[in-house]
Amino acid sequence: MAEMKTAAYICKGCELGARLDTATLVKTATKDGKMNLVREHDFLCSTDGVAMIRNDIDNEGVTHIAICACSRRAKTEAFNFTTVAMSRGNLREGVIWIRPDTDAARETTQEMAEDYVRMACAEVKAMQVPAGNQNTGTSKTLLVVGGGMSGMTAALEASKTGYKVVLIEKTGSLGGMAGKLWKRIPNREPFKAPMDSGVADLAAQIDADANIKVYLNAVIAKTAGAPGRFKVDIAVESGPTVTEDIGAIIQATGFTPYDMNKLPNLGGGQANVVDQLGLEAMAKAANGGPIKRADGKEVKSVVFVQCAGQRDATKEHLEYCSGHCCATSVKQAMYFKDANPDVDTVVLYTDLRMPGNNEDFYRAAQNKGVIFSKGEVSNVSASGNGCTVKFKDLILNEETSADADLVVLATGMVPTTGPDLDQLNEANRAAEGGDEGAKEQVIQMMSKSVLNLDYRQGPDVPQFKHGFNDSHFICFPYETRRTAIYAAGPVRRPMDIAQATEDATGAAMKAIQAMENAGLGKAAHPRSGDLSFPTARLEGCTQCKRCTVECPFGAIDEDERRFPLFNESRCRRCGTCMGACPVRVISFENYSVNTVGAQIKAVDIPDEFSEKPRVLILACENDAYPALDMAGMNHNEYDPFVRVIPVRCLGSVNTIWITDALNSGYDGVMLMGCKHGEQYQCHFVKGSELGRYRMSKIYDTLKGMNLEEERLMDLEVAITDIDTLPKKINDYAARIVEMGMSPFKGL
Amino acid sequence: MAKKEYAFYPGCSSQKGASASNYLVSVNSMNKILDVKMTEIPDWNCCGASISYAESGELPRLAMNARNFALSEQYLPGQDIVATCAACWLGSRESKERLEHNNVLLADTNTALKEAGLNLKVIPEVRHMVEVLIEDLGYAELARHVKKPLDGMKIAGYVGCQTNRPFGISGESYENPMYLDKLIETVGAEATKYDQKVTCCGGALAFSEPDKAQAQIKDIIEAAYDSGAEMLVTPCPLCQANTEVYQGQINKKYGTKFQMPVLYYSQLMTLAYGGSAKDAGLDGQVIRARKMEEFAAK
Amino acid sequence: MSDMNQQMTAKYKNNFLKEIEEQAEMGDWVKMCMQCGVCSGSCPTNFHSGWDHPPQELFMLIRAGKRDEVLNSNSMWNCVSCYNCYVRCPRKIPITHIMHGIAEYAYRIGRAPKSQPTLHLSQTFWNNATKTGRVNEVKLTQTLYFKDGIASGIKKAMAMQDVALGLVKAKRLNPLEAVGISHKCKDIKGIHAMLDKARELEAKRKGRTA
Repeated sequence: MAEMKTAAYICKGCELGARLDTATLVKTATKDGKMNLVREHDFLCSTDGVAMIRNDIDNEGVTHIAICACSRRAKTEAFNFTTVAMSRGNLREGVIWIRPDTDAARETTQEMAEDYVRMACAEVKAMQVPAGNQNTGTSKTLLVVGGGMSGMTAALEASKTGYKVVLIEKTGSLGGMAGKLWKRIPNREPFKAPMDSGVADLAAQIDADANIKVYLNAVIAKTAGAPGRFKVDIAVESGPTVTEDIGAIIQATGFTPYDMNKLPNLGGGQANVVDQLGLEAMAKAANGGPIKRADGKEVKSVVFVQCAGQRDATKEHLEYCSGHCCATSVKQAMYFKDANPDVDTVVLYTDLRMPGNNEDFYRAAQNKGVIFSKGEVSNVSASGNGCTVKFKDLILNEETSADADLVVLATGMVPTTGPDLDQLNEANRAAEGGDEGAKEQVIQMMSKSVLNLDYRQGPDVPQFKHGFNDSHFICFPYETRRTAIYAAGPVRRPMDIAQATEDATGAAMKAIQAMENAGLGKAAHPRSGDLSFPTARLEGCTQCKRCTVECPFGAIDEDERRFPLFNESRCRRCGTCMGACPVRVISFENYSVNTVGAQIKAVDIPDEFSEKPRVLILACENDAYPALDMAGMNHNEYDPFVRVIPVRCLGSVNTIWITDALNSGYDGVMLMGCKHGEQYQCHFVKGSELGRYRMSKIYDTLKGMNLEEERLMDLEVAITDIDTLPKKINDYAARIVEMGMSPFKGL
Repeated sequence: MAKKEYAFYPGCSSQKGASASNYLVSVNSMNKILDVKMTEIPDWNCCGASISYAESGELPRLAMNARNFALSEQYLPGQDIVATCAACWLGSRESKERLEHNNVLLADTNTALKEAGLNLKVIPEVRHMVEVLIEDLGYAELARHVKKPLDGMKIAGYVGCQTNRPFGISGESYENPMYLDKLIETVGAEATKYDQKVTCCGGALAFSEPDKAQAQIKDIIEAAYDSGAEMLVTPCPLCQANTEVYQGQINKKYGTKFQMPVLYYSQLMTLAYGGSAKDAGLDGQVIRARKMEEFAAK
Repeated sequence: MSDMNQQMTAKYKNNFLKEIEEQAEMGDWVKMCMQCGVCSGSCPTNFHSGWDHPPQELFMLIRAGKRDEVLNSNSMWNCVSCYNCYVRCPRKIPITHIMHGIAEYAYRIGRAPKSQPTLHLSQTFWNNATKTGRVNEVKLTQTLYFKDGIASGIKKAMAMQDVALGLVKAKRLNPLEAVGISHKCKDIKGIHAMLDKARELEAKRKGRTA
């Protein structure tokens, strides 16, 4: 490797030259930053400015550059130098835009800028150019698990894009739940009548598609490896196990209806009471003619009971809404009305939920004469040759009842997911301790596994709420906590066919991206394209397993000597392992304990009589740092005594940074990370939670240092906190002034 | 450009000696100044208003309105029908809409019309006087004729229901229509802000359920007073009558001291255009608009 | 029970919704209600006593087949025709017209409440207007205030004396109208023939033969 040659560039554009004493900044970079080459430019991101840097790299042998201009989030296309290590000093959004342009403010503004120049110089010297993961796999075959609507759609979409697909289905035919429907909820204009499900057409397309290999009556025996190089053992009923090389996986294993036998008070298990799937079978048998009951009687009156065993506040049954059932009942009521308009069809609901164009479908049913009554059903009982449905009419506020030949219960969706990993871990621990019952439990749970992942962290993707393989529904749908494994359809969250189709298409696109990135040694979402990856100095490792346990993505296994074994392609580059490591042996080429530590040390700490405190802010690059940048764009001013360092995730924050900062005389440390818990916003799902858990341990250390607990402040920040964040910073800074300067200055 | 001419549908209440006769007087004065030419539809009949619903049935009511359309097209072909009364306008527009969208009703209506020797082929546009002012003339033209701005006068624009719902004046919201405020401001007065601008005056129920209607009227007048208004201005004869003539009864019932004049927009405009108290029909007020009388005399 | 009521009961058996759909003006919109209640919250008369069922409930009652409760109800007679419900309905249901339509139907088959003042007003107004083609306001007022018989009529007339006197003074109530010398259409005969035909056609279309 070539010798390190460093260069710093000070931009004077965007009023930086007018607001700051850039000549002094040049001196700072030279003297304090100890850069080999320092240049000023009137307009650094201009063609001329970029050419100047390019020339230094190409002809002057510059290997490390510190660009002191705007935020690292700005002008990324101009400052795109992939062959050198690069840091960015944020003088624009981070300094002049958040400070008033007054004589009084000039001194502290300049000090801020000088510190950011020092920090950029220090950081870049601790960095290396990421070389990219060499341990890549090149399989570009997509595995789709489940041959229902979602699975078939995903397979076809991927094939249309030119990718090979292996599709496995545990039953003997394609179609899944959609295949059991007489018709589907309409998905195109005029949204007025049930439509053909399209299942047969999709199955025929798959049969005819040379890119798609289908295994029926098949399940996954084992999934080993990593994105781009999965080895998947497929166990086919009455046949040999086959191994396929797979690049990425889509789990589209769908759902089963909630067992209506658990709802005896609503007639579950009685004659003449069916669930929605049961009615589909009756409609299929009727084939467009009058729908008949099991006893052969033609149904002349039917009552649909919505939310049967769903949205259950007692938590005895499903707590959630399954989303599709209102429209499904509308559709099924139409089965009756379309065959015979004189059939009485009543839908009893508390709230009809008709997202999107389903509202038109609902209107069409009203037009066809389906009666919708707002009522809460308390009981369904056999009476005469049918059923009596007791309910409270919520509009007329009275207890009443309706008689019907048939009652249809709208039960909800139960996702077909593998075992809950937390429960499995617990059972495993108990089993290891010799508990025979637990051993049995582990076997039983493992038998439910869908993917049988050969991962240290368990055989399936982690579940989110209510057993669904969900992820963050706004920012990153389809993403699971296993890289290149995507969930699509009702296994992810309750949904109807239209949503599942869209879901499957989205997941197919994400899976393709993931395969391609894996082949190039690049990261997947949210650091798409990042070439850095974690490495560990194993000679320093104590085999504490924190990294393998805490990795939110199950990227780290353990080798036979119990050292961490990084599967780089599974890694999202969040740095949670780096933050977790007590002996600090894990690092990325361009992000390490040193790159941040060097910045912390580079800040000039005025003495305790200066009345100039210093507050370190470690801000998550996904939400908090953009929020700070946008606060700058809005010229929302904040305190000049803070110094902000972006971090990949709160999970990557190593406690040493905080203790070092406080030891070296900072008066306070603010951590800015995403919301964690059930409604988490963390882009690495668990990062901010783990980070905060670790930080909570620091308070003991603070006590040991005889420092106030408030010297460390943990702040939850969302990307929208553009206007409130400056105030919170100022409040904290004011609180620090109240507390007084840190006693550790100058030690 | 040749001035548009209009087929005028004055309606029963505007007739001489009827409850909105002062409305007609002021409209005539206003139109003279603005050079708006309206020709009364020969032998027009009552629209049926909303209240006739129980006795009239649908087709007879449509036939009554269709008769006006047929007469208008026969004698004043191509001219828009202009109603000054909100109920006439609503009844006619509603009939036009139904006849244009329902061929069975149109056929039946023509069968009935035949008995009166008429036939309906084209249904003219049906417009309110206010629409003519705003859309055909425009606020600038209306302002151009102001000779005596009503400076310093505080007026609550009471839009009420039927010029506002369900059709309304184009471009206005149902909840807070601004056209009446703009007319008030066009003649130099201040339109006060109050929250009963589109509250119903009780309509025909002022006759059949006076207690209920008067409770609503009380809310309207009270809010107008609270907003600092000295008088109410309205585009609807029934609104005008209800809010004006029952104030005495409301005072007795609720112990209030209401004495708020209620005028038509056309009266305001006539006065601002330099017309006399007589031109503006101020002698038709049950609650005398003394400030306006003084203004007219200046 | 009137003849027509019996006739309709027989015709529609227990399907009251269908009866309303076919018989009441705009009744075919009732099924489209989605029970949001915006109409009820928008009705100005809802703030006064004597209101049985706001439109939302009335529609629910129709769908639940509660014929007597609907037809005997006072609710639709309280409509002031302000069209608030009409413009606010998210389903664009012409609620005002439906209220009128149900009222008209109840009256037509003899089910309207006895001595309903608004019904009386409606009858009086229409008869007054169609007699000469135009409304005679004095006669209208007289008829209205004497509707409960002489005694209460006089009392009401006394109560309304101020109102009437005010209007007379302002030349907005012409006593001469009472004797019928004033406003009327020329072709009264044609109008009457036209209305007879219209009534006949409407009864035929709705299958009402009584």
